Amino acid sequence: MSKPEQRPKRVVITGPRRDVRRRPSRPVTDEIDDQTRVGQVYLRSLIRAQLLLGLSTVALVVVPLIAMPLLFGFVPRIRELQVGPMPLWWVLLGILVYPAILGVGWWYVRQADRNESQFTDLVEGR
Amino acid sequence: MNPTLAAAGMALTVLITIGLAAYSSRLARTTGDFYVASRSVPAWWNASAISGEYLSAASFLGVAGLIMAGGADAVWFPVGYAVGYVLLLALVAAPLRRSGAYTLPDFCEARLRSSKVRLIASALVVLIGWLYVLPQLQGAGLALQILLDTPTWVGGLLVSITVLVVIVGGGMRSVTLVQGFQYWLKVVAIMVPVLFLLAAWRADASPSALTEAPPTFDDRTTVRIENPITVTVSDPISVDAEGTVDDVVVDGPLTWQPGEHTVAAGSTLVFPEGATVPHLSGVPQLTGVAWGQPLQSGQEHTLYRTFALMFALFLGTMGLPHVLVRFYTNPDGRAARRTALVVIGLVGLFYLAPSVYGMLGRLYAPELLLTGRTDAVVLLLPQATVGGAAGQWLTALVAAGAAAAFLATATGLTVTVAGVLSQDLVGKRVRNPIVSFRIAAAVAVLVPLFLGLVAESLPLARAVSLAFAVAAATFSPLLLLGIWWPRLTDAGAAAGLLLGGTMATVAIAVSTLFPDLSGWPGALLSQPAAWAMPTALFTMVIVSKRTAHRITPGVDRIMIRLHTPEAVGVQRTWTARGLR
Repeated sequence: MSKPEQRPKRVVITGPRRDVRRRPSRPVTDEIDDQTRVGQVYLRSLIRAQLLLGLSTVALVVVPLIAMPLLFGFVPRIRELQVGPMPLWWVLLGILVYPAILGVGWWYVRQADRNESQFTDLVEGR
Repeated sequence: MNPTLAAAGMALTVLITIGLAAYSSRLARTTGDFYVASRSVPAWWNASAISGEYLSAASFLGVAGLIMAGGADAVWFPVGYAVGYVLLLALVAAPLRRSGAYTLPDFCEARLRSSKVRLIASALVVLIGWLYVLPQLQGAGLALQILLDTPTWVGGLLVSITVLVVIVGGGMRSVTLVQGFQYWLKVVAIMVPVLFLLAAWRADASPSALTEAPPTFDDRTTVRIENPITVTVSDPISVDAEGTVDDVVVDGPLTWQPGEHTVAAGSTLVFPEGATVPHLSGVPQLTGVAWGQPLQSGQEHTLYRTFALMFALFLGTMGLPHVLVRFYTNPDGRAARRTALVVIGLVGLFYLAPSVYGMLGRLYAPELLLTGRTDAVVLLLPQATVGGAAGQWLTALVAAGAAAAFLATATGLTVTVAGVLSQDLVGKRVRNPIVSFRIAAAVAVLVPLFLGLVAESLPLARAVSLAFAVAAATFSPLLLLGIWWPRLTDAGAAAGLLLGGTMATVAIAVSTLFPDLSGWPGALLSQPAAWAMPTALFTMVIVSKRTAHRITPGVDRIMIRLHTPEAVGVQRTWTARGLR
């Protein structure tokens, strides 16, 4: 405990304010139902988040796949690479691609569920 | 080969299929049961059913055949068939389920409130469905011809009859149960032989398929020619021939000089040990090394063909009507995503197998490169590699799996086509919805059966990729824009669907009727999705912007419904006026 600041801080104590009536808070679901500006903002942000997530997922899978024929077609040294007795191409596109897309899909499902839970919490006011 | 066991395997699949259908049809009571099994199917079972329906004759027989003939470039078929579900999962699955529509035409009507767009979508569903059923019937014909020596039309006819019995018996509820079972049957039927094949291959000192030379006959090999063929010979080769060769009746030894030679149906050729396998004209003669590496097939514009194929398969999957209809059987949007994820796993598991058949086929059944019937490699390899009693039992197993493959896909497609036909065509004339569904099912079966009798047959997986191309050029842009872009109008959707559908269909028709087209026209027409899909997409966007006054009334409410989780208590019903 430090010595110079022994004195307690001053605080203000008041009763509840009675002069302003509290407005009952309006559930966001009503805002969405009535298609107000507020409701639209909430909904658009959800749609944008989900679209961005969906497109990222697709890019995560498709971009490496598009790169494969280019890499293997134009860089002969990569073509010669082997994993044990198997050429790299077959290891990647015959086997590893399937667990890889399953993993990306699993990640997507988790993120999409999370986006939706956040949205649900937000609009239900939890 | 012992045809009795193989026939028994197929017959067992058919009997179990009909039995399960009969059992569950007692549960199907209402019209809703018929269409979507009342949405009470658990996610993993629904995923099994989707995968069972999806893994067609093209996957079970065709993919291994294409890999055997085309090598590293052909892996895009199985990869594309699987990756399509990633796009479906990430961009379509949950919103589509939340739309609450039964079929694709229902979605069009709900999203765009236009009965005209609905009608166009219905026509496209029927077109894609028939394009997809056709190779199933041909696959059945091929399998029965190879295993049981029946004429090619028999298989298609038997499949059609079974499909009708199943559907008329119980609608989609029975189909869900049957197809879930058929997925697991197919996985077992393709995976168990793989273990035996690899064991036999190792016992044979693991010969490499990546040879410096094209495939050769290991032993003296007798080849019976079922259909007339033209083969290309690269080096002089001696043959013992009986039948008609190069339009001359022969019976005895002869030498083929380099060039093309014709062999009539019914002839028998005997090749000496170590002879290089002459390839069917049109099938590239690849060394093992070139076979194992991408872009080495010597085909024109291979890179374009590769990317265009990826494009068609990645985007086409989301537009396949028989796959999409299954997502309505999920209880909610989250379940739809889980189902799609499980499908990625199940389908991926299956696609580990075809490459093994393709590789071993070059070693143990190279005569298929001569006859061009590489689609048969899965059926013939167990006998050719393992042999003996084990080989016969494994053949019976793959025969059962093949039967499951064409039955499952043909059933699913017929249900979908029949659903659309009965809602939009027959339903207007026949009052009782169940009677109208049954009439529509009969029509949906008979048309492709007839077309199969007159149409020329393509390699199975290639034929199916045409259906994917049409789906990619039509429903895929419609779904992407309809779900994510509120300003899509009915006029824009109609214009894009019509243009994309017409372009893809015409390109496919021209490239099928004139298979010898070469250069860019040949490449562009045989793989139309890469240009038809973007054209359809841009058409939809541009026409929608020009017709902005036609934006669907109450589209915000539709967007709410598509994208908000079911847990949120918002108004989910939509009416023409938008609110309440």
